[in-house]
Amino acid sequence: MKIVVIGNGMVGFKFCRKITERQIPGLQLVVFGEERHPAYDRVHLSSYFEGKSTADLLLAPKNWYADNGIRLLLGDPVHHISPGVQTVTSRSGITESYDVLVFATGSSAFVPPMPGTDQKGVFVYRTLDDLELMKSAARKARRAAVIGGGLLGLEAAKSCMDLGIADTTIVEYAPRLMPRQIDQNGSEILQRQLLALGLKIRTNAYTTSIRGDGQATGIGFEDGSSIPADMIVISAGIRPRDELAAAAGLETGSRGGIIVNDRMQASHANIYAIGECALYDHTIYGLVAPGYEMADIAIDNILGGDRTFGGFDMSTKLKLVGVDVASFGDPFPPPDTCRVIVFEDQVAGVYKRINMTDDGQYILGGILIGDASSYNMLLQKVKNKIKVTGKPEDELLGSRSSGDTAAGVLGLPPDAMICSCESVSKAAICKAVEDGHETFNAVKKCTGASTSCGGCAPMVKDLITYTLKSQGKYVRNVLCEHFGYSRQELFDLIRLRNLRTYDDVLDHIGQGDGCEVCKPAVSSILASLWNDMILAKGNDTAQDSNDRYLANIQKGGTYSVVPRIPGGEITPQKLMAIGRIAEKYNLYTKITGGQRIDMFGAHVGDLPLIWEELIAEGFESGHAYGKALRTVKSCVGSTWCRFGLHDSVSYAIRVEERYRGLRAPHKLKSAVSGCIRECAEAQSKDFGIIATEKGWNLYVCGNGGSKPQHAHLLAADIDSETCIRYIDRFLMFYIKTADPLTRTATWLNKMDGGIDYLRNVVVKDSLGIAEELEREMQLLVDNYKCEWKEVVETPALRKRFSHFVNAPEDKDPNVRFETLRGQKKALEWK
Amino acid sequence: MSTITKEKMTWFFACKVEDVPANGGVCVKYKDEQIALFHFARRGEWYASQNLCPHRQQMALSRGMIGAQQGEPKVACPFHKKTFSLADGRCLSDEHECAIKVYPVKLEDDRIYIGVHPIPG
Repeated sequence: MKIVVIGNGMVGFKFCRKITERQIPGLQLVVFGEERHPAYDRVHLSSYFEGKSTADLLLAPKNWYADNGIRLLLGDPVHHISPGVQTVTSRSGITESYDVLVFATGSSAFVPPMPGTDQKGVFVYRTLDDLELMKSAARKARRAAVIGGGLLGLEAAKSCMDLGIADTTIVEYAPRLMPRQIDQNGSEILQRQLLALGLKIRTNAYTTSIRGDGQATGIGFEDGSSIPADMIVISAGIRPRDELAAAAGLETGSRGGIIVNDRMQASHANIYAIGECALYDHTIYGLVAPGYEMADIAIDNILGGDRTFGGFDMSTKLKLVGVDVASFGDPFPPPDTCRVIVFEDQVAGVYKRINMTDDGQYILGGILIGDASSYNMLLQKVKNKIKVTGKPEDELLGSRSSGDTAAGVLGLPPDAMICSCESVSKAAICKAVEDGHETFNAVKKCTGASTSCGGCAPMVKDLITYTLKSQGKYVRNVLCEHFGYSRQELFDLIRLRNLRTYDDVLDHIGQGDGCEVCKPAVSSILASLWNDMILAKGNDTAQDSNDRYLANIQKGGTYSVVPRIPGGEITPQKLMAIGRIAEKYNLYTKITGGQRIDMFGAHVGDLPLIWEELIAEGFESGHAYGKALRTVKSCVGSTWCRFGLHDSVSYAIRVEERYRGLRAPHKLKSAVSGCIRECAEAQSKDFGIIATEKGWNLYVCGNGGSKPQHAHLLAADIDSETCIRYIDRFLMFYIKTADPLTRTATWLNKMDGGIDYLRNVVVKDSLGIAEELEREMQLLVDNYKCEWKEVVETPALRKRFSHFVNAPEDKDPNVRFETLRGQKKALEWK
Repeated sequence: MSTITKEKMTWFFACKVEDVPANGGVCVKYKDEQIALFHFARRGEWYASQNLCPHRQQMALSRGMIGAQQGEPKVACPFHKKTFSLADGRCLSDEHECAIKVYPVKLEDDRIYIGVHPIPG
């Protein structure tokens, strides 16, 4: 069989790929392409302006076609078709006969009929060549205007900005942007986001002419007004490329498109049309996913099958100029046929709308702007007509009571289409997992899911996890190749077997020789269990490097020194002592965010000398180097502050001195505020305490840093003793159950049941372990010793603090400093 | 080639066994060079490499944690945890990173010697 394909766009390429996968003996495949480039990713066209090259965008390298026995003729469009004798002839005069002819000619940009469109500076936004022309013209252009505020128009406007034209206006005929996908309110939110990015927007604007005298200078509107622009991009819709088909006598629609039946057959039985050139049921499907589906249907029918096309969901999700925009199912059904739930947040720029059936049981469709994270799940519920259980508004806002968010995929029927680009069903993904493809990459490779737009990746991952779990396979995070256990399992095993050193642990429950992942994790567990001196023989070299030197390594290889200043309270004498010592050892000093003083630039050999003096002045280690309690920040509280309810400083000092040196899966920060004004920022800490009229409010699992998270209220109006007991339980429970390097916020986020569960364990003692947790914490508190004091007093430990083993007095000659604002700083590294 | 290198190799005395922490490293000064020396006590093995981590040009490898990956001995730089093979010096965590120089080590009683090639000229 010989198949000729006209067009080498995304859908034409998909046809080639899918049919060659069938490995049909004797198949001859000839492809004519109009453009110079082989098929490329038109969906991500604007990424060309973000630095992607043509090669990056290609769907397959040029040699892929020859390697698969396909004859690809580029830059040579078909000129003439003779359906009677079944031949096509190209512009260059090549004539090929065919058994089956496939139109995948796609569409071209629609240029409205008006004067001036043939001038220099007027572009359409469709092909790589169009983009290259825009790129070279953009260097001289000062103002850009994009005619058309639809999907492609917004992409084009972004490209103009990416090309450095700051003054870019979007012109839309309708009263709002993206009129076909989103409603007025959604459009307003989107518009506000775009304006904030510096784009100008003009709606209700009917363009009647492009002004200029050979070079475009602006556009004129119906009302007589105009705007200046020297680069004009027309993006007013698409027009199916049906001229060749029409000339060959095939039936076409009145507004364009090759008419096809549900098998993708045109009006000649051995001629097919797929993608944007095909008109099915009076509709042109201007998206890539339905085009791919059409390619599949056509192949099936060419090979004697009888699959049919039943229309296609036009749901779409994309990031437009950095803003999530999604529309799914029916975005705006007639008002009398549905009930609508709307959520609008003008501050965050989020708009969500779902349309429900009159009885509130099924979702018909909706719109998501600014946050489309729930798109996949909502789309599945529409497509599979899944009954809404629970409150309908939870579909928009997410369930406000914490629970298992990933469980959603389980509720989908087996034939739910998870990856609509590649038509991969839930059943296919589960089957792949059951067949042993147990990682995301393996499933991707095996099923093709998530290989196109990647939007379904989170659902695929959830499905893998849940399929494994349902098979009884315990999905767990084993530490590394040396330990086949999670941290929580290791913690229990080490305690049960009473193991005391890293080597003991490795010999008894591990294998091999350890590594930089398991050494600090096991060391942290040992410290949390026994609170032995971390540099005791056998454990010293299993510590992370900062713990091994009890200081934080900084650029250039020197260390920083942080003495503990509980609650941030310090006497003038101690302040002077820090000043004197810093000056003596030439250290850079800075106040930290945790209300203490950091001294930088200490040579490793000076560390014991510095600490000897600090300890003599009454300081102790601040554990800034460890995954341990750092600081308990405080406001000045009722001793001085006219608003203060309780003495927050005294309580902060009590808390800090109780948990100082406590080793945990990650660092711990705390704070105590003396009133609701919250000057100590306690709600951003791992545990934070705020004074109330009746006692203290205890908050847990807050975080600053890169992913700020507000802490949750664990218990309200409790007295000082109860508060300490709850913190004991909370910290010990965290230490025993969290994965390595997991802050309390992340630990809580992953916890089944969330804060409600945690409150049950800590406050209501639902597991019956509260007493045990308190006892274990008390053991650690009782065992506390200042590590630096032990080093300073132990010659064998002190000896390790030198740069050269064979020249202990010499400092590292490579350490260099510069001067900045009267202090030293590390030399910038390469 | 190996016979020639052996002939030209100079062995210098680095330190005694007791000076090096078990399963850890120390930095040895040799003329103007800094060499990291590791005692892989679990395996009864000794390794030496340049002390400079090529990633950010920091004299730090001797302070790194040592371990093994599929049985291959390695060291992790304390700065960004790049890992290097102690057997042949190649970077195990980033194929684009430069390899480090490794040196032979020998023990005579409790004395440790590191083999270096005299720099010509």
